Amino acid sequence: MQTLSFDYPAGPPAARRALAGVVGSGDLEVLLEPGDSGRTTVAIATSVDGVDEIWRAVIDRIFADDGLPALKVEINDFGATPAVVRLRIAQAMEQTSPEARHD
Amino acid sequence: MTDVAALLQRQSFVELPARSRCQHLLDDADQRELLGPFERLTSPWLPKQNIVTQSDDGVVIMRGTLGDTKVVIAAVEPAFQGGSMGEVGGAKIAGALACALADAENGDPVVPILLLETGGVRLQEANCGLAAIAEIHDMIVALREHGPVIGVITGPVGCFGGMSIAAGLCSELIVTREARLGLNGPQVIEQEAGVDEFDSRDRPMIWSLLGGEQRVATGLAEALVGDDVAAIRDLLARHVTASPKPLARTTDIARFEALLETVAPTERATARTTRDAFAQTTGAA
Amino acid sequence: MSTHNDSYGAAWLAALTDHAEPLAGYPASVRVIDAELGHRAARYIAVVPDSQARFPRARAGEVGLAEGWALARALHDAVEADESAAHKRVIVAVVDVPSQAYGRTEEAYGLHQALAAAAEGTIRARRAGHPVVTLIAGKAMSGGFLAHGYQANRLVALSGEGVQVHAMGKQAAARITQRSVEGVEQLAREITPMAYDIDSYERLGLLHARLDIAPTASDDAKAVERVRQALADAVADIGDTRDLSARIGQGERTATAAVRQRLAEVWAG
Repeated sequence: MQTLSFDYPAGPPAARRALAGVVGSGDLEVLLEPGDSGRTTVAIATSVDGVDEIWRAVIDRIFADDGLPALKVEINDFGATPAVVRLRIAQAMEQTSPEARHD
Repeated sequence: MTDVAALLQRQSFVELPARSRCQHLLDDADQRELLGPFERLTSPWLPKQNIVTQSDDGVVIMRGTLGDTKVVIAAVEPAFQGGSMGEVGGAKIAGALACALADAENGDPVVPILLLETGGVRLQEANCGLAAIAEIHDMIVALREHGPVIGVITGPVGCFGGMSIAAGLCSELIVTREARLGLNGPQVIEQEAGVDEFDSRDRPMIWSLLGGEQRVATGLAEALVGDDVAAIRDLLARHVTASPKPLARTTDIARFEALLETVAPTERATARTTRDAFAQTTGAA
Repeated sequence: MSTHNDSYGAAWLAALTDHAEPLAGYPASVRVIDAELGHRAARYIAVVPDSQARFPRARAGEVGLAEGWALARALHDAVEADESAAHKRVIVAVVDVPSQAYGRTEEAYGLHQALAAAAEGTIRARRAGHPVVTLIAGKAMSGGFLAHGYQANRLVALSGEGVQVHAMGKQAAARITQRSVEGVEQLAREITPMAYDIDSYERLGLLHARLDIAPTASDDAKAVERVRQALADAVADIGDTRDLSARIGQGERTATAAVRQRLAEVWAG
């Protein structure tokens, strides 16, 4: 297991929290919560060691846009591919938007 | 053609993760998850072994209604650590059942529904899982005095280990053809008794003996249902209103001891011989 | 009846009951003895090895099909016999079970159901007001322990080599968790619930008492008397209680305590 953390400039806090995925083989769990205004933090725990650069590239591409709402992101990964990582984060982000159904 | 259309409209239950299973089974209004993922009650033991945790420890507890009946669903997430029971997940189930028991004793019953997709004790938390499972057993038996405690096994994991005993204690057990129910997982039997006794790769043999259809045919489960969210929901809605009654599967000891007398212990059990033995001695099948 | 005792469980059962005859009508692998504890009637129950047992996969003291249903009957009959008694007899489970039985026939005929019936037997006895005490005199393993002993109000254990509690033997645990046996042993030294030894188990807060008595001491009259006293103390401690609350959320099971407390807070909404 390896832990990684990144942070990015962001806009105002996201509207609500959201969850996507499970910590199953080739999958991951993404938890999003409203962050402190102006800053998104990403904390990753992954079962796969030594792939820091791939994670940085994948996460940078999503959160480097500082127009996004501020989030506290937690990722628990069990060997997901970059495509699955992007999918789960997108699913979770969709639920945090103000238009999303509240649940 | 209509059969194909019906098949295409079916929503698979087996493919859903635990939280979605709960959401689909409960009435839309008043669903409420207890100790959800954002409370982050995670395993204290897995990180010490460099294993990634899940924010709900692989167990979802959700209250709500099914028709006019108050229910609480405890659902094991099959994808996380093989649906294994660790300290936190086990305490969530045992604790929710304890709350339901307190309500039942105060005249306000809440019917428990257990979605048992589990390999049993999480070996990385061995003795904590085993202890929690004993506490779950106790609660199921106590709750049965007040009303039904319903177990559901659908696949893909099946229900094994100490949690198969929990299934055996449920007042009604609902299974699919894809479900498997047994004390020891196939790999463990092969490890302990050898491949001649039990070949863990022989899937037809495993399903013929431990599969949902066989368990219903021998009276070790009550109802067979398709892998269909609506069908499972409808069946549960009928079962949650059942009255408390003695459970033949655990209390009709004489029938089971008579059954054992008819078994040839050194002959290789098959689905057919097992069904015949049950039919002759217990009136099942 | 042979006096040969080939397990700690058999030896301690005999010692605690002054070598009384087991009740007839049970398989040789399930010994049920009505005797006394203190001055109170008590039913002692042990699962013991039987090299001639009908089911070959349950000859080494494992809890198999015949054992599960026989345990259920021994408990059910005690509850029924004492149904209107003012003082219900004590149940003493003497535990030395290496595991549940592993076999095809066992699974086909519903070993899980036999063990459920046995566990329910103890649960019903306890909830009907029988004080139930378990003496862990050797191995208390996995499904065998769930069926025989784990449902007692109080768990009392002997100490030292040979006294073990766990969910799975080391070989199988290694294969299932994809580790070496050495790897499993290493983790068992570091992670309390992974350990096999009784001292580690005690740290989980599940024992009522651990006696500094070796499982080999069953022929030592003083040791036997101390065990009797400890079992009687456990019965006194049970009083009128009928649940497992004394051992829930104790010791290193701090997460259990936290989860239970939080659930009680949010249950009603």
